[in-house]
Amino acid sequence: MWPFRAPGSIRLRLTLQLLTGAAVMALVLFLIVYSFARQIGAESQDRILSASATSILDATTVQSGNISVDIPYSAFTMLDNSVDDRVFYRITQDGDGLTGYDDLPSARQDQGTGPAFDTVTYRGEELRIATLTRRVSVGGTPTRIDVTVGQTRDAQADVLARILRMTVLLGFGFFAASALLAILAGRSTAASLSRLAESVSRRGPQDLRPVVAEVPSEMRPLVTSLNSLIARLSAALTRTEDFIAEAAHRVRTPLATVRAHGENTLRRVSKEENRVSLREMIRAIDESSRAAGQLLDHAMVSLRADQLELSPVALRPLVADLVDRLRPVAELKDMDLRFEVSEEQEVMGDTILIQNAVRNLLDNAIKYAPPETPIDVSLTREGAGATLTIRDQGIGFPATGADALTGRFARGENATGVIGSGLGLTIADEVARAHGGTLTIANIEGGPGACVRLSLPLR
Amino acid sequence: MRAFISSLALILSALPGLAFEIEEHVQFPAANQTDELRVISTADADLFTPFITAFQALNPGVAVDYYVVSSSEIMVALQDEGERFDLAISSAMDLQIKLANDGLALPYRSGATGSLPEWARWRDRVFAFTQEPATMVLSRADFADIDLPRTRQELITALRDHPDRFRGRIGTYDVRESGLGYLFATQDGRTSETYWRLAQVMGGLQTQLYRGSSDMIEDVASGRIAVAYNVLGSYAQVREDLHDRIHIIAPEDFTTVMMRTVLIPANAETPEAAGRFIDHLIETAWTEGGGRFAFPGITPARLSENASLRPIQLGPGLLVYLDRLKRRQFIEEWEAAMVQPG
Ligand SMILES: Nc1ncnc2c1ncn2[C@@H]1O[C@H](COP(=O)(O)OP(=O)(O)OP(=O)(O)O)[C@@H](O)[C@H]1O
Ligand SMILES: [Mg+2]
Repeated sequence: MWPFRAPGSIRLRLTLQLLTGAAVMALVLFLIVYSFARQIGAESQDRILSASATSILDATTVQSGNISVDIPYSAFTMLDNSVDDRVFYRITQDGDGLTGYDDLPSARQDQGTGPAFDTVTYRGEELRIATLTRRVSVGGTPTRIDVTVGQTRDAQADVLARILRMTVLLGFGFFAASALLAILAGRSTAASLSRLAESVSRRGPQDLRPVVAEVPSEMRPLVTSLNSLIARLSAALTRTEDFIAEAAHRVRTPLATVRAHGENTLRRVSKEENRVSLREMIRAIDESSRAAGQLLDHAMVSLRADQLELSPVALRPLVADLVDRLRPVAELKDMDLRFEVSEEQEVMGDTILIQNAVRNLLDNAIKYAPPETPIDVSLTREGAGATLTIRDQGIGFPATGADALTGRFARGENATGVIGSGLGLTIADEVARAHGGTLTIANIEGGPGACVRLSLPLR
Repeated sequence: MRAFISSLALILSALPGLAFEIEEHVQFPAANQTDELRVISTADADLFTPFITAFQALNPGVAVDYYVVSSSEIMVALQDEGERFDLAISSAMDLQIKLANDGLALPYRSGATGSLPEWARWRDRVFAFTQEPATMVLSRADFADIDLPRTRQELITALRDHPDRFRGRIGTYDVRESGLGYLFATQDGRTSETYWRLAQVMGGLQTQLYRGSSDMIEDVASGRIAVAYNVLGSYAQVREDLHDRIHIIAPEDFTTVMMRTVLIPANAETPEAAGRFIDHLIETAWTEGGGRFAFPGITPARLSENASLRPIQLGPGLLVYLDRLKRRQFIEEWEAAMVQPG
């Protein structure tokens, strides 16, 4: 029914509705004024015609048995107007023409004596005519005198045209004013909505305070539900972070305790088959512990990556620190972990995330390259990015589906017997993406070993 | 130029096919004729020639055929006979209004007609281009020893006081014959009762009845009559040769002012050239005050200065006295006063 249901914009819809209303009002105004003016114009012409006919009838007398008509000068001058309308008249006695225009029709259709009006076409023009009747007695015989006065309607048409112009102007003015108001109304309604939207989207990722923007009362429920949503979200986020930290602690600690007991027991058990069982148990514990750790790390990384908070991160001390921390692990396998000290590279990012990514990459190199091989870590600048390259001299990534290894829980065939959960590269890749950087995994061309590159955009 | 103009006094029979009475026919040929204007007019050719030659100077290709007739003959020619004319110029304002009212005139609009005030045009069909007062022309000889009458009342007194001097020596229009005379008389009668008293006195003195102003003026000058009442002042003014023998007096009680009007008849064949002629008439009359020509142009200031001037209003009121019954009554009344058995 309503034609403007479709548009998706409140402002457009509101404006169109108001404009349609204004147009209808303007049209109604126009029609009322115009028809009123038309009616008044017709009535005033009728009144003058009837007055003219009356004055002629008043000057009609019976003189010595004859009808005498002495048309007063004013009978026609009163019909004079600005556009000089044509005037016709006819006086009849019992229907026979006494004087005037003999072919002028009469407006009288009945037997009455009150003024009768009609609109006729006479001599090619539209004529308004009035006929008045009087009965007189001529020598004892009743006689009927009809006086018809007619006038063209140019003046009326002229006045009507002027009124038409004026009402059209009035209608347009009215419409224009309403249109302006409609547009302003549409704009101000839309403005309060977009103010709210802006105040919400302007916020930082950590900003979960309730919205306090001034809004019209109609929008208050929206703000209230928005605020309650924010409150629930913020509570949920806090709970999740707490949960991850709590879970890591709760899982790792008992596993570490069990593992320590296992090791102790292993030292005291001498029966070979018991020792084998115990070693498998310890290994399963290691797998579980690793899996739990990586899962929680991954959850934490996903969470932080979703609402990334950027701050300047100096890569050189960060990498150097991690290399130092992992060196003891590498030395267990007699591996030489070398960090080629280069110039400082500063990026914008989340320190914890970058640490996590780098640690996983270093961990992989140590895990998958054979003992007594060196691992080279370098930090370089490439274009608008800083690139951390980690090269080992192991067997490298399996030839098939290297890219698939960034998928969750994806492990290569070379990983058999190596403790791991398949989330390391996933974490590193997610971190790279969150910072607008890339993770490239490939094998060193022409030589044995894997080459993993983490590129992050510079500050 | 003058050499080409042939002035012919013609009677009806000389122009077969024209069923109306022509008083004078003058042709104004053009060297390279593009248009021909047939003009039917009540104005004497002599008086009107300057207008036409001035027009032809500006519009060299237009030949003008000028017919002088009485005002009622214009009605015969245009209304009854449906003759083809491109312009009708008349002093009988009522008849011009009737032509326009009855749809026998073409509308014309131009810059010139637009500049006319409301009262000088009717329906964009009838345009006024002169203002000519109805005056009394008196013979200087006969009024040498009498105070010059300035009003109708004073004229009545003069006539009453010297009946022998004026008996048979008063002239006025025969309203039965002259449209302009009828117009003047009806306006006089409408304006003041004095007119009827004057008519009574004039009738008692065996007033001579005329069909035109020129004859009356000449007869006053020649001494045949002593008083001419309701004479076109414009005609008297141009006869400077007679001014030493006549007084021209605009009655101070009220002076009826006629406006000479022009219209384009409905069956005009060159309405475009006719329109240009109307523009020319209006411009001459309004901008130059008609000074160069015999007819006094329109000077609206003069009307406001002189309160006794009563211009006849262009409008449907003029149709009243054209009514059959009204006219019959008026003429009966007029005859009763003016035509008394001697
Ligand atoms: N430096 C490398 N040399 C050879 N293969 C590698 C290297 N790094 C990773 N890979 C291969 O990619 C697979 C996926 O590595 P990823 O780090 O995602 O999982 P993981 O090391 O098996 O487990 P996690 O790191 O979660 O404990 C590994 O299983 C391994 O097959
Ligand atoms: Mg790994």
